[in-house]
Amino acid sequence: MNFSRTLFSGICLALPCLVWGQGLDPAALLKQPANMWPTYNGDYSGRRFSPLTQINSSNVHALSLAWSARFTGESSGGIRIKATPLLVNGVLYFSAPNNVWAADVRNGRELWHYQYPPNTGSTIGNRGVGMYENWLYFETPDSHLVSLDAKTGKERWKVQIANPKLDYTSTVAPVIIKNHIMVGIGGDHLDNPGFLESRDPETGALQWKWWTTPRKGEPGIETWPNEAAAAHGTGQTWMPGTYDPELNLYYLGTGNPNPVMAEKSRKGDNLYTCSIVAINPDTGKMAWYYQVSPHDVHDWDANETPILIDGTIDGQPRKLLAQASRNGYFFVLDRTNGKHILTKPFIDTVNWAKEINANGQPIPDPAKYPSVDGVLVSPASGGATNWPAPSFNPETGLFYVGSSRAYSMFYLTDTDEHPQGWAGLDRAAGGDGGALLAIDYKTGDIAWRHDWPSGSGVVSNLSTAGKLLFTSNGNYLIAFDPAKGNILWRAGLTSSPSGGPISYMLNGKQYILVAAGDTLFSFALNQPAE
Amino acid sequence: MRMIRHSKLYFLWVVLVPAAATLMLGQEPSASLAAQTSTNDGVSAAAIAGAKEDPAAFQRGSKAYAKYCAGCHGALARGGAGAPSLVRSLLVLDDEKGLLIAPVIREGRPDKGMPKLGLSEPEIADVVAWLHVQTYAAGHRGTYTFGNVVTGDAQKGKVYFNTTGKCSTCHSATGDLAGIGSKYEPLSLQTRWLQPREGRRGRRGAAADSKDSDAALPTVTVTLSPGKSFSGVLDHIDDFTVSLHDADGDFHSFTRNGATPKVEVHDPLKAHTDMLRIYTDADIHNVTAYLVTLK
Repeated sequence: MNFSRTLFSGICLALPCLVWGQGLDPAALLKQPANMWPTYNGDYSGRRFSPLTQINSSNVHALSLAWSARFTGESSGGIRIKATPLLVNGVLYFSAPNNVWAADVRNGRELWHYQYPPNTGSTIGNRGVGMYENWLYFETPDSHLVSLDAKTGKERWKVQIANPKLDYTSTVAPVIIKNHIMVGIGGDHLDNPGFLESRDPETGALQWKWWTTPRKGEPGIETWPNEAAAAHGTGQTWMPGTYDPELNLYYLGTGNPNPVMAEKSRKGDNLYTCSIVAINPDTGKMAWYYQVSPHDVHDWDANETPILIDGTIDGQPRKLLAQASRNGYFFVLDRTNGKHILTKPFIDTVNWAKEINANGQPIPDPAKYPSVDGVLVSPASGGATNWPAPSFNPETGLFYVGSSRAYSMFYLTDTDEHPQGWAGLDRAAGGDGGALLAIDYKTGDIAWRHDWPSGSGVVSNLSTAGKLLFTSNGNYLIAFDPAKGNILWRAGLTSSPSGGPISYMLNGKQYILVAAGDTLFSFALNQPAE
Repeated sequence: MRMIRHSKLYFLWVVLVPAAATLMLGQEPSASLAAQTSTNDGVSAAAIAGAKEDPAAFQRGSKAYAKYCAGCHGALARGGAGAPSLVRSLLVLDDEKGLLIAPVIREGRPDKGMPKLGLSEPEIADVVAWLHVQTYAAGHRGTYTFGNVVTGDAQKGKVYFNTTGKCSTCHSATGDLAGIGSKYEPLSLQTRWLQPREGRRGRRGAAADSKDSDAALPTVTVTLSPGKSFSGVLDHIDDFTVSLHDADGDFHSFTRNGATPKVEVHDPLKAHTDMLRIYTDADIHNVTAYLVTLK
């Protein structure tokens, strides 16, 4: 019986490879197949929870290297794959700034490499590609959206989404919803407007554009001193969002307002920066918003993945959304309407808010605004967490996030009445280091924590139904017991894991794959299961 | 009529600029930096170099801008009562070699109230260079300059150093910290005393020459069994290994498995980290003001 099931699934899993290049039906994104990782977070929920159980807490000691493969290309500062690879029909698709690769998932062999020409855009990172039928979508440092033929890696078309001379840069992995490509944007060195737009997957034509900050006459403009301040208030959209197909809402975190550290020319809450917003992907209309950092002055983008949780609050089943935000607070909202449910700090050093208001929002303490002589603030400028992926495990009810408990001195450098750009600088002041946190979404309490003896704590996570939580510290890929918080397994790689780990089935065998620097590492059990 | 308004603003500009320049002088920690700021319209030499503009053209452009443009567009081109910010202008940001900017200066924008001002072609080129530096400076943090961090009360800082702050437990104004106020610029001093280890990050060459660096390194004791332990300077620690260099310089590395073996790390700088939870910003500024006096 076991044999026949394995054989059956083996045939099913092998089949797509026989018709390799068949492409990805956007409907497949609604239910993540076991043999795929078809979008940045694996599925639309953002929870990075794999239902696979073949690799589990009782056999993870036998998890070992299946293959590793190094990838080369031109990118200022070298190749560092911060992307989460997609796996569709036996092929891995992944990226670094100015580079996209396709590789055979069986052995890591490169099938094609697309090199985007050198340009002046920032090569800080690229989170990955999006896929629709036979086409891939990729954003470039100089803010173009490029469509590639997934079979060949040949460029199909490219469209400019923003002017790089205005200091925009693009790092987002596009998310495909029906026939819409969700295109985000980054860059806050100058005071340029942030936006999210939807483009046609066939032609790249603009379907709609939603500005992060309001324009004249629009709701929210009263949270800015004037229209010019709002129009230059930034609020970039540099991370992929999540999506609820039933509600038909795309959930997105927005970035910090500009000028980044100088607030005198932008008094007010500065909507919709540092917010979680719900956007209708067909129309680009905002259904609701919740601002996690009103009037931010510390560069604490709220772009961290808003994870969708179908949970229970006070005995009632609820459609929830949870974010561990860069500002040090964990938020739970009702994702049908944006109503606040829970706010709780997840690091104990947070010192920038003077109160939590009735709506659960931390209200900034003006004494902690950057000053010419410096103020000591926690979280540090990089945040209590940042873009690396959190994970939610529905079996433990715990939200896993990599965290940092540190301080920065924040200095105002531009005291002009019309400050520009960053308008300030920060200096690291140290702290208590990084920790992996398991947060109970019902209370915001830390169920368990693991403090790292060294290295960054702000890293990506993946949890699985095999009672495993994959994370990293230094060069190690590490598996924890997600309920108890003890380490079960680790493997030392050639550099620090740089993107989110994924899991998939191939020919009846489960794999864990992660990018570390310029290399992909694939792991499987080195003995037959069961 | 618009020309008249422009003239009025120009008058205001002449009156206000010295005040603005004085404010900037007040932010700067040293006379040399202050001089640089006052001649460079708020941007650093690094910004002029980064923008790849000729410093002489920038300086001439500064004068031409002040004469013709500042009245409406503001002293630093960030907008005024009569005209928009040029630092945020899409046309200015998109410009290369004056191809977009020069025609606007040359012809004016009569429909929007901007007159034809009659700048010579070399003057136009100089204003273009000046504007390019302004936008470059706004967008590049590496060119920003810190203001004055010595705002505290040195006497209160001295009291804090010797009492509440317990700094004198490990340090002495006449011992290890003698002359510290001459050794470092105030910003560097504030950064370093708050967190000596973080403060040294990125300047390892300098740290290697520093006499106090060895004493500040974390040490570790690894106890394998009662009576059998190794101590030395911590080389590396994670959840799976710990390594050290002992007093003879020999390297030892151990496998860790949970609480086995027993590992005790001693960080002589831990007090600096622990105090971050306790300092007020006033404490910080007072201590910096005090340390600056230790010439």
